[in-house]
Amino acid sequence: MIEVDHLTKSYGPVAAIRDVSFSVSPGQIVGFLGPNGAGKSTTMRILACFMPASSGAAKVAGYDVFAQSMEVRRRIGYLPENVPLYTDMRVSAYLDFVAEVKGVGRSERRRRVADVMDRCLVADVQNRLIGKLSKGYRQRVGLAQAIVGDPEVLILDEPTIGLDPKQITEIRSLIKSLAGQHTVILSTHILPEVSMICDAVIIINKGGIVAQGPIDTLVEQFFPTSRLEVEIVGPSPVVRERIRAIPGVLSVEDQPPANGVGRYTVEAARDRDVRAEIFQLAAQQRWDLLELKRVGLTLEEVFIRVVAGEESTQDSGEGPVQEPAP
Amino acid sequence: MKIWAIFKKEMRLYFTSPVAWVVFTIFLLIAGYFFYSIFAFFTLASMQSAMNPQMGRDLNVTDSVMRPLFSNISVILLLLMPLVTMRLFAEERRSGTIELLLTYPVRDGAVLAGKYLAALGLYAIMIGLTLLYPGIVVYFARLEWGPILTGYLGLLLMGATFIAVGVFASSLTENQIVAAITTFGALLIFWILGWSADYAGGTAGKVLQFLSILEHNDSFSKGVLDTKDVLYYLNFTVLALFLTLRSLEARRWKG
Repeated sequence: MIEVDHLTKSYGPVAAIRDVSFSVSPGQIVGFLGPNGAGKSTTMRILACFMPASSGAAKVAGYDVFAQSMEVRRRIGYLPENVPLYTDMRVSAYLDFVAEVKGVGRSERRRRVADVMDRCLVADVQNRLIGKLSKGYRQRVGLAQAIVGDPEVLILDEPTIGLDPKQITEIRSLIKSLAGQHTVILSTHILPEVSMICDAVIIINKGGIVAQGPIDTLVEQFFPTSRLEVEIVGPSPVVRERIRAIPGVLSVEDQPPANGVGRYTVEAARDRDVRAEIFQLAAQQRWDLLELKRVGLTLEEVFIRVVAGEESTQDSGEGPVQEPAP
Repeated sequence: MKIWAIFKKEMRLYFTSPVAWVVFTIFLLIAGYFFYSIFAFFTLASMQSAMNPQMGRDLNVTDSVMRPLFSNISVILLLLMPLVTMRLFAEERRSGTIELLLTYPVRDGAVLAGKYLAALGLYAIMIGLTLLYPGIVVYFARLEWGPILTGYLGLLLMGATFIAVGVFASSLTENQIVAAITTFGALLIFWILGWSADYAGGTAGKVLQFLSILEHNDSFSKGVLDTKDVLYYLNFTVLALFLTLRSLEARRWKG
């Protein structure tokens, strides 16, 4: 549905994105992650036909964003980062305007606007001036204008930023409900959000893509091990040695024991479940097993590893910086 | 029609924000004052000429009330129109709404046309309100409607030019004040060009005179409809709108 091919955009000598390529299949919700200033908004602006790329190509729904911009624009709904709306217009009048501009016929418009206001939970403020609305309502009006034309592709730049927890949940469930009929690409830097609503992620850092794919695949790719947390009452060097000896265990780290309880972090091969063996071991040795927990490796850890890894390789590449003598 | 949608939106914004009402009020206040003083002066002159038939022969209500009124109104427009047009693109750019507007399935040309026509519509309403004045005059005296009609046509064409220049200035910046000052400065320069025509003399003088915005409006209020003047305003308008379209496109590339 979205195909991005070696996209580069430079502002003067500064490249905001470099050689970015990815694709999104129909009906998917894809999270676009990256630290601030990584090039998320730039990529989305290019996809939304707001500005042309310096080089490379991007296709949305099979149409080129530059050469067939009108065709693309008919098929997208876009929500820019800071939700720019006409503050001097009333909600229903504004949505009616957007629907008309997006080519919704006069007879259908009233119904469509009412429907979209219901879905985005803004029907109760439909006669208020947008400028007088709270941030949460504005965000939802922004989302309403993106989906009012019933677009095939939704491009949402930080759709949940600045909302309170309840509103975030509402917006998330709204976005989730769009999956299937719509292809959604949304940027965010709230990682748990991505794990909750996205099928796949694209991680971008310093203008280049550093990782992409379904979340599970990414976690496996970056963490080929599974991790257990174990609490055992027993002589810690011995416990560590014996756990280490279990086949499949790759490493054991222990934290200083508190009240005689030792905490161990066990890394094991992903295809081996060593929990039963640890239990048996503790039972045999008559150690008290207080806790045995598998720790899920999250996207957050992937993200940090990917982004931090990038930085450390770049730093080492540059070599030591000599401070000039005063 | 997409142009119609943009037109309605701009009109709505003019009227839900206080802009339209403030501009109408101030305009009518000043225009009304001008009309009152011109008409009062004419009444005085008529009284005096009752005793002096020589003078009475030259008195003409169309020429002595409506014509100066038109020229006074054009001065008010010079000051007021930049304030009507400054918002059109600058505000969209400042608030970021341009990012949405330019990603809707509408061509830049349609966006421009909608905005331009909305400002022109607002202006037409504003000018239309001054029809009250000839309405008052005709209650007391016999008016020649021909020169009044051409006078209004002249105002409309001149206003169309002012708005086109204003829209262009607005597309260049995200600061409304800068847009207004640029428009005002540009119009004022074209306004006063004609003044130097007298002493520049020769070909240069003729060229300067031809370029002057004010000069071309004069013949309309005399009741003269010259294609030269009509074309001047139309050309000026089209050129300014063309430049606006280019500026919108250039802004896209700059991002």
